Amino acid sequence: MYSASDLRKGLKVQIDGEPYIITEFEFSKPGKGQALYRTKMRNMITGNQFTQTYRSNDKFEKPDLEERTMQYLYSQGDEFHFMDTSSYEQIFITREQLGDNINFLVDNMEVQVLFFGDKPIDISLPIFVNLTVTRADPWVKGDTSGTDTKPVTVETGYRLQVPPFVEEGDKIQIDTRTGDYMTRVKE
Amino acid sequence: MLSPTGLKQRSDFIQSLRLFFRQRDYLEVDTPIRLPVLIPESEILPCASGNWWLQTSPELCMKRLLAGGATRIFQICHCFRRQEQGRLHAPEFTMLEWYHVGWDYLDLMRECEQLVVELAFACSTLAGITDGRNILRDNREVRLTPPWQRLTVDEAFASYTDTTASAALAEDRFDEILVTEIEPHLGWDRPLFLYDYPAQLGSLARPKPDAPHLAERFELYCCGIELANGFSELVDADQQRLRFSEEIATMRKHGRAAAMPETFLRDLARLNDTAGIALGVDRLFMLFSGAFCLDDVLTFSTDELF
Repeated sequence: MYSASDLRKGLKVQIDGEPYIITEFEFSKPGKGQALYRTKMRNMITGNQFTQTYRSNDKFEKPDLEERTMQYLYSQGDEFHFMDTSSYEQIFITREQLGDNINFLVDNMEVQVLFFGDKPIDISLPIFVNLTVTRADPWVKGDTSGTDTKPVTVETGYRLQVPPFVEEGDKIQIDTRTGDYMTRVKE
Repeated sequence: MLSPTGLKQRSDFIQSLRLFFRQRDYLEVDTPIRLPVLIPESEILPCASGNWWLQTSPELCMKRLLAGGATRIFQICHCFRRQEQGRLHAPEFTMLEWYHVGWDYLDLMRECEQLVVELAFACSTLAGITDGRNILRDNREVRLTPPWQRLTVDEAFASYTDTTASAALAEDRFDEILVTEIEPHLGWDRPLFLYDYPAQLGSLARPKPDAPHLAERFELYCCGIELANGFSELVDADQQRLRFSEEIATMRKHGRAAAMPETFLRDLARLNDTAGIALGVDRLFMLFSGAFCLDDVLTFSTDELF
């Protein structure tokens, strides 16, 4: 159990049977008055946000969350299949749950899958991934208005802006937090 | 950890505080910070020190000095309150507390105005002060020139909420509404005194003679931030014992240890009319410095101790 004084930004708690992460937190207290714990939380399954003020004697369950290392296998329709690298157990996560993460998933990639009980609810990717450029138009100087970048498509279908020297077949490093090009990878 | 520049600014600020009170014939005192018994306050958690406690404020010892014959005293000291950590809170912080025998809370409001005006002038090079007489915060200038705004608690509830102070108290939502709906508006034109609290929220304050359901208590606000808390002190020892009994009962209900401060009550019987006030030194210095949070102006923040 957590008590209100344990609350802080980033803490995960369970409310009404669902896991929440605290996204904003402020401790308030009139000098002679009650301690108030003002929070903004996000439901880790639905993404819904809400704000709530708690008191000193409020208590919270710890959510049963576990991170497991899994390997991405393949996708079938909207289902993305992963395998636990130690138990070989297989699970799938839907396209909707993965959101923008699908832009950076390639076969055999190792990711951290977050489970709430036995239900996978989120994945975290490596910060940097290397992806192969599958389509790059030749860059014509003066084509773009003052910006020295051009669009390319990588193997996952994700499109991004890169410097003009990147060519089809190159491997490039992408920051998965921002989706931005970092550097060209020599093999 | 403060830089040498920060240390110098903090030191100059505290020296200016001292100068103000010394020029007004206040005596600086230093009372013990480790005590066998504290004032029973159900909403303040003390830190244990062996079988004793670290002070949550110097009020108890300072009032005993007044009962012993001192008439104007001030103290700048560290106070300790468990589990108070936030943008405007630190579990160990610096308090300025001063008392003036013969005065009431209205006299103290006026002295408070003079203190902050003189202090701002003395510290006019700090980043949060403009022209030596305004506080600059969130791109707004708060004029320090007296008289400051005065607003009763009842008026504040009428202006900023759709409930009343007594209804909020009955629902146990007074502090929550104060913090979320009222405080953010207070003290942006000039600093503001919020005063005349419901009697049950001023267990050490004198009831108003013509309205005993109210306590002669005020809080000073500047830029939505609570800076100081002052009273016309309750000097009736029997009434004080009754108020303490209620606090002790609440504390025991929550499983907390609490004892009646008998020596204090014995001395209180000899105290004449007095007004007293506690001001958060770190918070005022934070405003003067234009700092975002208390941690930025403490010599060491809690995190920096590890």
